[in-house]
Amino acid sequence: MWPKKLALIASKGSLDWAYPPFILASTAAALDYEVEIFFTFYGLTLLKKDISDLKVSPLGNPAMPMPVPMPNFVQMLPGMESMATMMMKQKIADKGVASIEDLRTACLESGVKLIACQMTVDLFDFKPSDFIDGIEFGGAATFFEFAGESDVNLFI
Amino acid sequence: MEFDKELDARNLNCPLPILRCKKGLSEIQATQTLKVLATDPGSVKDFQAFCKQTGHELLQLDEADGLFTFYIKKRVA
Repeated sequence: MWPKKLALIASKGSLDWAYPPFILASTAAALDYEVEIFFTFYGLTLLKKDISDLKVSPLGNPAMPMPVPMPNFVQMLPGMESMATMMMKQKIADKGVASIEDLRTACLESGVKLIACQMTVDLFDFKPSDFIDGIEFGGAATFFEFAGESDVNLFI
Repeated sequence: MEFDKELDARNLNCPLPILRCKKGLSEIQATQTLKVLATDPGSVKDFQAFCKQTGHELLQLDEADGLFTFYIKKRVA
């Protein structure tokens, strides 16, 4: 069946979790898939105008590679999260990995539909003006309308 | 091998080489050839999958010292 469809739910807003939805969506769009991403809960932060401030925390992330072993009680100290975020951002830049802003722009340019969960917007008292242009607002039923017909459905 | 447009995707990691390739193809005419330079080893499989999926033809793949050169012919719409 052509074109193939990809439906994604993005529910997380940290720097490491921001990559999967945008990479999958932009790549699928490059492969001529029709793509929709439904942003809910913390995923909603990925639709904000300014996303230069996404963070990643080592705390509770035992799988995160660390230059030196670091026990939890050190990871929770003030400044550790900022340091981990800075190190991650530096690594990303050094290895030629795209920034989240670039990936998001690539998605918009290739016609990926970005939908903000209306319930979460209300829940966290966001205003439509907090977000970038070109997105839609909808609920779970809106998501299912597309997801029900999709070939690939992923929850991130 | 002749080409109509060259794209430098060296030192860029997945998915940038593919995204840039898609953009590059949109800037040339059907049956013209796009030459892409990449250093990401994952790009070999990615470009093969890209061409298989989208119908553009991978004319040639050269590899030398970690530099991959792809020649892709844009399919007729």
